[in-house]
Amino acid sequence: MTLQQVAPTVPQAEENTVEGQVADILALYKGEQSELIPILQRVQGELGYLPELAMRQVAGFVGVPDSKVFGIATFYAQFKLVPTGRKIIRVCRGTGCHVRGATRLLSELEKELGIGPGETTPDLEYTLETVACFGSCALAPIVVVDDKVHGRMTVPKVRKLVEDEPVSSQG
Amino acid sequence: MGFEKIRTEAMSQRKAMQTSPNARVLIGTGTCGMAAGAGDVLESLESELAKSNIEADIIQVGCIGLCYAEPLIEIIKPGMPSVFYANVTPELMSEIVSDYLIAGNPRADLALGTRGEGTLDGIPQLFDLPVLKSQVRIALRNCGNIDPENIYHYVASGGYEGLRKALKIKRQEVIDEVKRSGLRGRGGAGFPTGVKWQFCHDSPGTTKYIVCNADEGDPGAFMDRALLEGDPHAVLEGMLIGAYALGASEGYIYIRAEYPLAIQRLKVALKQMEECGLLGDNIMDSAFSFHIKIKEGAGAFVCGEETALMASIEGNRGMPRPRPPFPAQAGLWGKPTNINNVETWSNISAILRRGADWYAGYGTEKSRGTKTFSLVGKIMRPGLIEVPMGITLREIIYEIGGGIPEEKAFRAVQTGGPSGGCLPASFLDSPVDYESLAEAGSIIGSGGMVVLDEDTCMVDIARYFLAFTQAESCGKCIPCRWGTKQMLDILEDIVSGNGREGDIDLLIELSEAVKDGSLCALGGTAPNPVLTTIRYFRDEYEAHIFEKRCPALACKSLISYYVIPEKCEGCGICARACPAEAIMGDKRMVHVIDQDRCTKCGTCFEVCPSKFSAIAVVSGEPVTVPLEPVPVGSKA
Ligand SMILES: Cc1cc2nc3c(=O)[nH]c(=O)nc-3n(C[C@H](O)[C@H](O)[C@H](O)COP(=O)(O)O)c2cc1C
Ligand code: FES
Repeated sequence: MTLQQVAPTVPQAEENTVEGQVADILALYKGEQSELIPILQRVQGELGYLPELAMRQVAGFVGVPDSKVFGIATFYAQFKLVPTGRKIIRVCRGTGCHVRGATRLLSELEKELGIGPGETTPDLEYTLETVACFGSCALAPIVVVDDKVHGRMTVPKVRKLVEDEPVSSQG
Repeated sequence: MGFEKIRTEAMSQRKAMQTSPNARVLIGTGTCGMAAGAGDVLESLESELAKSNIEADIIQVGCIGLCYAEPLIEIIKPGMPSVFYANVTPELMSEIVSDYLIAGNPRADLALGTRGEGTLDGIPQLFDLPVLKSQVRIALRNCGNIDPENIYHYVASGGYEGLRKALKIKRQEVIDEVKRSGLRGRGGAGFPTGVKWQFCHDSPGTTKYIVCNADEGDPGAFMDRALLEGDPHAVLEGMLIGAYALGASEGYIYIRAEYPLAIQRLKVALKQMEECGLLGDNIMDSAFSFHIKIKEGAGAFVCGEETALMASIEGNRGMPRPRPPFPAQAGLWGKPTNINNVETWSNISAILRRGADWYAGYGTEKSRGTKTFSLVGKIMRPGLIEVPMGITLREIIYEIGGGIPEEKAFRAVQTGGPSGGCLPASFLDSPVDYESLAEAGSIIGSGGMVVLDEDTCMVDIARYFLAFTQAESCGKCIPCRWGTKQMLDILEDIVSGNGREGDIDLLIELSEAVKDGSLCALGGTAPNPVLTTIRYFRDEYEAHIFEKRCPALACKSLISYYVIPEKCEGCGICARACPAEAIMGDKRMVHVIDQDRCTKCGTCFEVCPSKFSAIAVVSGEPVTVPLEPVPVGSKA
């Protein structure tokens, strides 16, 4: 997989601002390799994902090949190479939630949104993710929409969750 | 500021609080409390207090472990035992404020228990309740009792006393104390902590590192998070003691990014330590200096493994490497490094304060002290518990946990997460210690404990864990990368009704190969859930393979939903709720499920009114029902 295939190219007008934003972040660091992951975390925190250009810029700053940064960005589940949706729905797949029916919730959401875990609807409205455990197993199964934790979820409740959210166009 | 001064300040703050005429309200606002609605309760509390014009101090505390009772509040009125209230809603909160805080009626009907000196009519002592009676809190000693963002609260509870003692004795004496306590690492493997420290201490070199492993990747485990959220200083004090004993001047906390509250609490704690002269140069006016950095993980389970964790801190992909060299010999940047788990560090600060003999007085001969568990799954009282080693599974599940809900039958208990196994009812009376669980084919692990009832399919559980380890395998070594994939393929075949004769033997053979051949313990333990379920629940595998039947009625491909004609009253609720539009029938007609369209989501089963209970789930048996809707009451 090449960078071009996975990372969308940023329109020219936006490019400068991305470059500037990344430069502002890099100014806070020394350029040591041990800072690589914290830098990428910060860049993603700011931009929402890791555009190709930003990754190249970080590689140059730390003094490692682009491939090294790409390797890290694809190894760790936290890093995203494409923009995420405006709403992030996260389904807990921890053991506590699994034995209380999390799989059914996930397949319901996959069906409702037409996307799989880790994917985003084409209208950039929703991103669907799974998480290992929210530590709220006592209220299992858990679904988190942005930062709101919904406990004791059922299939009908999950369906209401996405129906209630105003959707511009169902993807 | 010298430590004496800090202690004096802490004690006078505590005294002022105790002698204040104001009542104190403690509210648990950890992640689980918030998920249960503590935020709304807090708002209600604040507005009720403002309305009624009474002064009360609100203290936000971590999790006391009674997750089933969240939101949980504790009210301490001067001269009275404190009173706990469980499952508080904003409405109940306002009742409690007007009845107890204002009118002085503790509302025995709402109270869960009391704590402290004195009794209140009709309210039991909290620690006499079955859920707490057999618990012993060492690692979690302050969780739920103190404000985790106030270092003085920690100091007033004896905090940093262990460090003070350690700094007065020789480094080797500190290590000997840890050895004598019998403490074993709480991160999973149970390696004796003192012995590990000795290795690192004896390694040549002047630059050494200390690491706190807070990656907590096991799905369904949250002990470390609760501890860091509820009492970060207990862990940090442990790290300082370790750093002094091993001669390290720099430390790292590797924590998952998914734990934002714990990270924030750690940051607050580190800042307060610096201000109090407990971090940085010349700690407690001694020659000992130590600095701590927080490193956020980036979502890779394998990074909990110590060599992968170090690679990640150094800024690489988190892939394990062969040992030796062990971290104690060549760890971070090639320097001797000592890695311990969050709970291990919290035990260290308690051990140094109260002595090795005191700690070793708990537990069994080979497994000393206590262990925390996150008790979840099909259990009445899920929560975070801490018990002396050697307690039986039955005590944990039935006394502390209150047994299985809905009068279902106990099927198994899963311990040790993806590296552990499933133990059947015959082990309920076995002691929980490192040796006994290992003998049974499982492990204590980091402390996940998931109770499974008759509705849980054991083959599906094995598949679930294998799917997890397969996805998290870093891919460096072939036995783990391909072995787990092959095993998962076979398990998926079995649960989807495509199992073949010989699959069980093949799974066992592959398991042995993956165990023996893998580079790190991720692959080395991944087959455990499969091997234990085959060992104890072989008949379930056989039912799936030979009869295409799931005895627990859980595996989608092997079950069907039917409307029972004699019970259906034709109310139409199921047909309206069915997302697949697979249910036919008008009002007053016996409904019929179109088996070709049914996605087996179970919605009809959930929505059918319990007075009818007209939906049946079956597996591996033929059912005769009408093919078309017929009027209710007519003979099918
Ligand atoms: C795949 C894998 C994941 C691990 N995850 C963790 C973890 O999340 N937390 C932890 O403390 N130890 C974890 N460990 C164990 C560590 O490698 C190490 O043994 C431990 O941190 C040592 O600390 P202790 O002696 O205090 O237990 C993991 C091991 C493996 C093989
Ligand atoms: S297993 Fe879902 S919150 Fe823990």
